[in-house]
Amino acid sequence: MLSRTADHLFWMSRYTERAENTARMLDVNYQTSLLPQSAAVAQVGWQGLLSISELVPDYTAKHGEITPGSVMEFMVKDQGNASSIVSCLKAARENARAVRGSLTTEAWETQNQTWLEVNRMLGAGEFERDPGQFFEWVKFRSHLSRGVTAGTMLMDEALHFMRLGTFLERADNTARLVDVKFHAVQSDFFGAASEKDQEYDFYHWSAILRSVSGFEIYRKVYRDVIKPERVADLLILRADMPRSLHASLNEVVSNLAMVANDQSAETQRRAGKLRADLQYGHIDEILANGLHAFLTQFLDRVNELGGRISRDFLVPVRS
Amino acid sequence: MQNFDEMYAELPAGQSPSGGVQLQFQGQSQGGQRQFQAQGVRPHYKGYAQWLARQSGETMRARRDEAEMIFRRVGITFAVYGAKDENGAGTERLIPFDLIPRIIPAAEWAALERGLVQRVTALNRFLHDVYHEQEIIQAGIIPAQQILGNVQFRKEMMGVYTPHRVYSHIAGVDIVRACNAKGEGEYFVLEDNLRVPSGVSYMLEDRKMMMRLFPDLFSSYRVAPVMHYPDLLLETLRASAQPGAPDPTVVVLTPGMYNSAYFEHAFLAQQMGVELVEGQDLFVKDRYVYMRTTRGPRRVDVIYRRVDDDFLDPSVFRSTSTLGCDGLVDAYRAGNVTICNAIGAGVADDKSIYPYVPQMIEFYLGEKPILSNVPTFACRNPDDLKYVLGNLKDLVVKEVHGAGGYGMLVGPASTQQEIEDFRKALQANPGGYIAQPTLSLSSCPTFVESGIAPRHIDLRPFVLSGKDVQMVPGGLTRVALKEGSLVVNSSQGGGTKDTWILEV
Repeated sequence: MLSRTADHLFWMSRYTERAENTARMLDVNYQTSLLPQSAAVAQVGWQGLLSISELVPDYTAKHGEITPGSVMEFMVKDQGNASSIVSCLKAARENARAVRGSLTTEAWETQNQTWLEVNRMLGAGEFERDPGQFFEWVKFRSHLSRGVTAGTMLMDEALHFMRLGTFLERADNTARLVDVKFHAVQSDFFGAASEKDQEYDFYHWSAILRSVSGFEIYRKVYRDVIKPERVADLLILRADMPRSLHASLNEVVSNLAMVANDQSAETQRRAGKLRADLQYGHIDEILANGLHAFLTQFLDRVNELGGRISRDFLVPVRS
Repeated sequence: MQNFDEMYAELPAGQSPSGGVQLQFQGQSQGGQRQFQAQGVRPHYKGYAQWLARQSGETMRARRDEAEMIFRRVGITFAVYGAKDENGAGTERLIPFDLIPRIIPAAEWAALERGLVQRVTALNRFLHDVYHEQEIIQAGIIPAQQILGNVQFRKEMMGVYTPHRVYSHIAGVDIVRACNAKGEGEYFVLEDNLRVPSGVSYMLEDRKMMMRLFPDLFSSYRVAPVMHYPDLLLETLRASAQPGAPDPTVVVLTPGMYNSAYFEHAFLAQQMGVELVEGQDLFVKDRYVYMRTTRGPRRVDVIYRRVDDDFLDPSVFRSTSTLGCDGLVDAYRAGNVTICNAIGAGVADDKSIYPYVPQMIEFYLGEKPILSNVPTFACRNPDDLKYVLGNLKDLVVKEVHGAGGYGMLVGPASTQQEIEDFRKALQANPGGYIAQPTLSLSSCPTFVESGIAPRHIDLRPFVLSGKDVQMVPGGLTRVALKEGSLVVNSSQGGGTKDTWILEV
């Protein structure tokens, strides 16, 4: 297929996934902010949300003080913020439109309808009326988009590049979420804590789990109280947890294998190595060596994979 | 001036499209039974008129809203040049779709089809002649200057071989039905579009929409199907490949997603199952054309281009163009790729060449033209110019190279000031204009805000020339939605209708 087409499909999926993950994080923060907690804790939550996307400077320049209302508006409706939900949905739709002929009618109409509908909803003030429902809607449009492509597209390169985009983005987003959320707990979260802290911790960790639809999964897998190291284990190393780093890398590796060309061997090797680190890694080791360092390195490697995929497939092969 | 309507043998007095009176549902304001004034319905519209009379205004309005919603969701939009708004969504407009079909009886279509095949065949013969022996100039039928001095004449095409000697593989011929000298309704050719005619996707989408909104109508009417157009198009394009390409790779070349017809480019590529490429996706090496794919370069044999000549190859034409591909013309001249439509086809659809088409038909085919031209005054002739200047308020004046309803004067619909402004332009450059009597294009009942009213329409059938000349039964009917307007172009507020060719 055309390199340019593959590029648009890859980015269409990345932006769709990014919109979903942003909605997930906003939703959790919003839900958490409804609980009784100190203003400082809430502040940390909103600040963390901006740092995930490296947006603190942009936000501060525009709004100054961090307030829940402004952060939500900045991350949902602001077309000047390339990471806002509306910007991601627009970028996804523009990429889809550029290659609509390579999508099935259903897949294109889903993207287009999402864009038309988000404009209508934001215009009609539906987000302000019920943020929770709006975030739900964004998540479901993303589910729909993936389902429609999986259910209607020919299982050829187009689909593989779309899935590459989805899972590379998801690996990136989940890693950022874990990094920021573990950082947010100022105390030594793996040590002993006061009763009050433990109570706070429960809500903190369960919120993280909920943001990746992992609360019920956690209960099912560990059948125990929520402990930070297990949350990390679940989100990083469990291959059966659909939003974990390991699961995402499994998809990246298998889809890369499907589109392999003459120059992609090194990219495949690196993806495979990154996956192996997760497959054979142990959470105790990772924590012993420092979670933040691990995740920083992981994000660098994912970022590098993205660059290599672009070079190998998406930027036109010169004659 | 007599006005013909498609549905009615005669429009009731005062109910012509320009008369300002609406055909209405009876009792529209008082309530009570709605009944359409259906006297004098032409036979092929009888069933439809009865059906329409049974529909309530609300039902029709609901159907229209449904159609609009579906068109938006499907993204059947076009970009308006120069229009912009903040979020970018407003630059994508819908072409209004009208619910009431334009119906053509089988016999009328059969004659029309014969005439179209004849005309397009002659035009392709003319193009081959122009770029080879130029017999028509030697025979003294068309002055050399008219052809060789035309900006659409491309000297790069001299002596270039085109498979089956076809230049205009896809031709969109604009047809109007109007009053002839005998006072009867007759089909006239208003314009030949031989370069990159657009609109066929609307023909297909309008049909899909009608079948979705009104399935019952299609079970009672035998409407000839049109949905196989992309199949015929692919067949035509493949048949146009150079003999050295037994299993040719076809692509559609688009200027990109901001072009007004982008939807159509993407639609046709998808329906044919071929790649939709932009100039940046192509390159030429050793006089062969390749596209850049995820698995390396791949040969391209046939390019259905939706990019104008001027932008096709920066090394030959406009050097600043980023829409084309360096070296394309060279590869073409070497016989290593087919460009559809051929470069230089515009020399035959120019408005200054148009008056000669009937003579071309006689010259190349030895036949009498089946379809008539609209009488045309060429303003470069002093006599014609004099007449035109004296009758501007009754005439339609068009730029020779104009298109899309831009740069034209519709005398009867213009203010004194507009006429005077145009007069100056005309006097400054007479050779740049032609003029035609203001034809009263036929009208067709159309669903407008105030109810159902007659509006002027035209018809663009699409004629495909490859190994054979063929077409699907139908075309795009465009309708001027503004009361009294004769301009049907979508850029000027025109809409579209489904076109039904009856099978019996």
